[in-house]
Amino acid sequence: MKRDGAGKTGAPTRLVDRRRLLGVGVALSAAPLAGAAAETIGGGQGMPFTPNQADYPNAPDPAHRYDYFNPAEAAFVEAAAARMIPADALGPGAVEAGVPVFIDRQLAGDYGKATRMYMQGPWAKGEKTQGYQSRFTPAQMYRAAIPPIDTAAGGGGFAKLKGDDQDAFLKRLQTGQVDLGQVDAVGFFTLLLQNVMEGFFSDPIYGGNRDMAGWKLIGFPGARYDQTEFVTQFGAPYPLPPVGIGGRPGWSGKA
Amino acid sequence: MAQLLPKVDAVIVGFGWTGAIMAQELTDAGLNVLALERGRWMDTSTDFATTFAQDELRYYWRKSLFERPAHETLTIRNNTGQAALPMRELGSFLPGTGVGGAGIHWNGQLWRFLPSDFQARSHNLSRYGKAAVPDDMTIQDYPVTYDELEPFYDKFEYLCGCSGKAGNLKGQIQPGGDPFEGPRSRDYPNPPLAMPYAPTLFAQAAAGMGYHPFPHPAANASQAYVNPLGVQLAPCTFCGFCEKYGCGNYSKASSQTTILPVLLRKPNFTLKTDSEVLRINRAPDGKSVTGVTYIDASGAEYEQPAEMVLLCAYVLHNVRLLLLSGIGAPYDPATGQGVIGKNYAYQITSSVKFKFDDKLLNPFIGAGALGMMMNDFNGDNFDHTGLGFIGGGYIGVLQTGARPIETLFDSGDLSQWGAAWKQKVAHDYLRSFFIATHGAVMSHRGNYLDLDPTYHDVFGRPLMRMTFDYTDNEHRMSDFLTDKATAIAHAMNASTVTPKPRQGSWSVVPYQTTHNTGGAIMGADPHSSAINRYLQSWDAPNLFVLGSTAFPQNAGYNPTGTVAALAYHAADAIRTQYLKAPGQPLVQA
Repeated sequence: MKRDGAGKTGAPTRLVDRRRLLGVGVALSAAPLAGAAAETIGGGQGMPFTPNQADYPNAPDPAHRYDYFNPAEAAFVEAAAARMIPADALGPGAVEAGVPVFIDRQLAGDYGKATRMYMQGPWAKGEKTQGYQSRFTPAQMYRAAIPPIDTAAGGGGFAKLKGDDQDAFLKRLQTGQVDLGQVDAVGFFTLLLQNVMEGFFSDPIYGGNRDMAGWKLIGFPGARYDQTEFVTQFGAPYPLPPVGIGGRPGWSGKA
Repeated sequence: MAQLLPKVDAVIVGFGWTGAIMAQELTDAGLNVLALERGRWMDTSTDFATTFAQDELRYYWRKSLFERPAHETLTIRNNTGQAALPMRELGSFLPGTGVGGAGIHWNGQLWRFLPSDFQARSHNLSRYGKAAVPDDMTIQDYPVTYDELEPFYDKFEYLCGCSGKAGNLKGQIQPGGDPFEGPRSRDYPNPPLAMPYAPTLFAQAAAGMGYHPFPHPAANASQAYVNPLGVQLAPCTFCGFCEKYGCGNYSKASSQTTILPVLLRKPNFTLKTDSEVLRINRAPDGKSVTGVTYIDASGAEYEQPAEMVLLCAYVLHNVRLLLLSGIGAPYDPATGQGVIGKNYAYQITSSVKFKFDDKLLNPFIGAGALGMMMNDFNGDNFDHTGLGFIGGGYIGVLQTGARPIETLFDSGDLSQWGAAWKQKVAHDYLRSFFIATHGAVMSHRGNYLDLDPTYHDVFGRPLMRMTFDYTDNEHRMSDFLTDKATAIAHAMNASTVTPKPRQGSWSVVPYQTTHNTGGAIMGADPHSSAINRYLQSWDAPNLFVLGSTAFPQNAGYNPTGTVAALAYHAADAIRTQYLKAPGQPLVQA
């Protein structure tokens, strides 16, 4: 069975429901989390699965760019990243610079799995000054947050909204006005914005900042290690193009 | 059952700056020294070469060189009324792990404390009266003076090849230096680093207002240098990846670039990595220590007997090991009794952002301790009468290099996205920077460290619990510094000035500084302190506790210079006094 490419499925309702219900299994062992509707299983509502929606692995489809995101997640991340850093007269935006691919790779790896983080219980919401206290890893947080976002956005999901409406929705998310069930909306927005910025401005070897678009936008010269001659050239424009850890296109005669 | 190993003269727990300093000094004295480091070996050419060290994602955002909370963390709360929760990821401070410790990714900001900082209690009481030090402000005098530490500050500055300009040579004020500093016996070993545009603009404005700006003392070599051990450092090239990064250029002082090439050649020194000390072992009578028990990466446990134990781990881990080993009486904030965990302190920072529409600042040029600073409002360099606080901090423009994500993503301002934001950063990035303030934190009865009753590390040991918040003293002082910095930013004729004061309770996010202090403080007697003036435990005279663990309260300066000076001061006492009568207290209780 071949999976649809990202953005083609339009966040079908059945998939959203399935993802919310998958989150339930994780939440059952958690003690005192705030109750979202999808956290209750049984109670006359039947079995918690949806027929013909098995969680099969991603096939190695050359047209399919994502290791972690499912189509609905990819559609949301692409749409949101395009509003956070849009393509315009100044140059490429987040999508053109590969930011969704960057985020996908990060979530598929150690970062997404929170291998560095202390993830032992017991768990509590805590004070804001106590920092990250979610049981979700970053990857799990994307998985849990996007279905309720698409539900709250209505219609065919966030990706199908018009640009201005997407901006308005993101601002509601940013200020905590969208209920994401088990996920704190401001916490998820902060994570998403951080990951978008990371993808746009980190070294191109990580899949984002393609052609050093982020660095060219602001004038950052990249992974250079000797700035000695420029220290005291007060006010002078910096003359060198950016370079990444892997070099730059000019080194191979391509630009 | 732990395997019993042959006894050594001295075992060092943790192999960062203080571990390397003590190992070098004690092996020079002829001792057979073993260092145990929980992390891995790291060196410049393998782990942070110039071909890949400039990687903001890997080293800062993914924290490649820092301690892993999954392995060990602590729980945090602002006061005893809150439930402490684990610090699940690093934020406010960034302890290191591995050989070199946090000395790999420090900035090289190499300060001395003020002479009056060592008499924080008696000095403030005598100048401002009893009301200036409230009952709950548990500040104490150091049991050492600036003059006693001066030769040891000097020794560390020459080891590091520190770049700077003296402001006070043997009591004579020197133009271009810091006129408020304590007297130096000689100038810095290297001249100041070349100064970029933003710090220069700051210094011009500050001098115009009658203040006294000077180049930040930097353990970033301004020229090729051979230190007294014969180890070479290379000139800093201002790459802008210094704080939070390893230096690929042999320019930033670390134990790797100043001591290890000599130390590791000695036959009487051994280093074991991936070896984590679980506890310090006490003699049956409880009056001395017998060595340590550690675990290696395979899970095998070893008992390492030693004539003396030197606790050289990060400040927080030193305190935790003392608590886990049952050495010294734990501090109780309800009664004020006990000493282990007492007087934990930190740092309070703020900033004032500025932007010049008409000037390119090229802020990506940077070095860890590159900047122009002023101490006009640090310590007791100004009259505090009527201000409602004691202590102070430095103000200055420290151009460490504007890495883009850190510069442009502010988790406290989530409105920074979209088309208008993109247009703004495209214009502003090269034209913006900030003035930093870096203030002292006085110790307070309710700020302390103890063992957490709920959470455990990977070995099943209790995590440490930190109870800490800023008090009115810190907020008033920091607001005062922020106001002064704001006035200077306006005097710089910046197009836009945006103060960023430190408000509310201490938070584990975002990053502030890795200047945690106290918890096993030095003092004049065993009732008020855990260790004496030579960092020797009052409870077990063959145990020495190194690091900022010893600070009775924190000053307005970065701690490393004082940490190293105290280490050399202790090493000198061990060499000249302790080894003549091992196991005896150097100060009578």
